[in-house]
Amino acid sequence: MALLEEISQVEVQPVDKAKVNKLWKIAGILLIITIIEFVFAFSLPDHWKVMKISIFVCLTFVKAFYIVSEFMHLKHETKTLIWSIVLPLILVVWLVIALIYEGGAILSVR
Amino acid sequence: MEPTAAVEQSGKNLWGGGVSPLKASYGKIMMWFFLLSDAFTFSGLLIAYGLLRYSHPAFEGNIADFIPSQEYWPIPEKVFDGVPFLHGVSIPLMFVGIMTFILIMSSVTMVLAVEAGQRMDRKSVMKWMLWTIVGGIAFLGCQAWEWSHFITGSGKEGWGIDLNGDGIIEAGVDFLGANLAMNEYGPPLFADLFFFITGFHGTHVLSGVVLNILVFYQASVGTFERRGHYEMIEKVGLYWHFVDLVWVFVFTFFYLI
Repeated sequence: MALLEEISQVEVQPVDKAKVNKLWKIAGILLIITIIEFVFAFSLPDHWKVMKISIFVCLTFVKAFYIVSEFMHLKHETKTLIWSIVLPLILVVWLVIALIYEGGAILSVR
Repeated sequence: MEPTAAVEQSGKNLWGGGVSPLKASYGKIMMWFFLLSDAFTFSGLLIAYGLLRYSHPAFEGNIADFIPSQEYWPIPEKVFDGVPFLHGVSIPLMFVGIMTFILIMSSVTMVLAVEAGQRMDRKSVMKWMLWTIVGGIAFLGCQAWEWSHFITGSGKEGWGIDLNGDGIIEAGVDFLGANLAMNEYGPPLFADLFFFITGFHGTHVLSGVVLNILVFYQASVGTFERRGHYEMIEKVGLYWHFVDLVWVFVFTFFYLI
């Protein structure tokens, strides 16, 4: 009983409507982008391969931006924290360039 | 000794402690750096996929006429076109789309649980955490179906490895489906990468569900209320959103491209 009494003393604050609405709006954006990706995957002609890939990659980064900045709240952290998470990812960009180039080289000698 | 003592008394000093330059708790910062290292691991797997795919010849010709071969990389939308209860019907990427939808929705319910925690609203935290757990388990169930469908084979005409070389694919005689050594969809590496990438992600989802159940239990018995804050929900939330984020990338680079 002591436990329950303690709990009932906690003050619950009211729901911040604006904040919750914003979260649902971002969820809507994420779902719409996914639907757009589907539509593009099956409506654009097959030989527009490079263009399709670039559209998908761009839309993926838009989705990633919304998830990281709003759902994970990174946008509202201090600048130091934001950059110490984002800057190391430059290494990934380097690895993509290096290994895709390498893949092309392997294909050419296959 | 005098100046040092004075600094200690003030309680806050850039080099003496008491200041938090990142304005976030230790646990949250460490969760961020763990996620950064995990992001490198997933990048490694996805970039390896890029390297190996690009080093194999691509399928030449119309996507509609695609027939798998060991000689070239398969077209993902032709491989992943099954939907449960609709046997033999080809609906490309529909099931993966449903899985994406489930994971994004469970990310939303998680962020609503975090919001409720900041308001000290125990009942809402429990409600939204429960929905998040349901979403996570639903996703794992979908993945289990996806794997079993991939392993047993698509059952399509002409899909399989002709082991006896008679030009006809027969169940029981020839190889159907996939394992780590060979698969009916393309080069062995294709199935290996499928198992490793979606399997590694699925393991993350499983750990996320376990953590979610743990904090759901702690929230319901009032642990966080006695502690005075719901920060644990925020930390587990960061991990759960990261799992969703990784799936967004897997969806694009494995299934869509």
